[in-house]
Amino acid sequence: MDPSYLTGLLGGLMIGTAAAVLLLINGRIMGASGILGTVVDGSSKGADRREKLAFIAGLIGAPGLVALIFGANPTNLTPNIAVIIIAGLLVGIGTRIANGCTSGHGVCGISRLSLRGIVATMFYLLAGAITVVVFRHLLGVI
Amino acid sequence: MLISAAAGALFGLGLMVSGMTDTARVIGWLDIFGAWDPTLAFVLGGAILPMAGAWAMTRRLAQPALGEAFPPKPGVEIDRNLAAGSVLFGMGWGLAGLCPGPAMASLVWGGTGGLLFLLAMTAGMVATPPLRRLVALN
Repeated sequence: MDPSYLTGLLGGLMIGTAAAVLLLINGRIMGASGILGTVVDGSSKGADRREKLAFIAGLIGAPGLVALIFGANPTNLTPNIAVIIIAGLLVGIGTRIANGCTSGHGVCGISRLSLRGIVATMFYLLAGAITVVVFRHLLGVI
Repeated sequence: MLISAAAGALFGLGLMVSGMTDTARVIGWLDIFGAWDPTLAFVLGGAILPMAGAWAMTRRLAQPALGEAFPPKPGVEIDRNLAAGSVLFGMGWGLAGLCPGPAMASLVWGGTGGLLFLLAMTAGMVATPPLRRLVALN
């Protein structure tokens, strides 16, 4: 078996355990877009805002520290600046309109058999697959 | 706050270990008509397992250990926002191979491109509430 399947499974278990800790101890759903989105648009205030900022600090700081000490696999992000900006805007606007992304709708939603989470995941997976077909295989942009 | 920071740290390390911060792997997962990479199915499956156990536990517990209440039951309404927003998100995810969690987690080693993506994504998030008000007015 490809060793990346094992590291994928291990990383997935870590992601799910993090979400379980946040749910069982703090009673919160671990959704990356909602946590960042409500902090930057100002709708999260007070203690809720401090909790979310602490989460973001851990999310950026822990892997960042590991990367500084041990190095990290490259992100292999496209060098095309226009693609980066358009993709970033689409991800930011789309996840806030849909009220969730891969962690909130995907991990937390599917695991409680939420219809909204399952439908959202089908839509973004399908849109992503079609986008790759068009921009990689037809247009050759990515 | 400590629990939030620890959960964020474990989430970030999990994203790093799983390969979610490698855009080539993510686009490979979405590339079902090309050289399809099934790794992300293991990531999603691995993440859903402990979380499904956690949701089952919430039915037996009165409240979270430190919080006031568990989240309410999810809605069942499939509306235009859920569909249209997810399509826009999927397009961006397919183009760059980054979703919100990995975009934050890889900030330190993601270079200027990663920073630019995070800034554009944040700008999109800030712009969404006024955009929604604008659309609702017309």
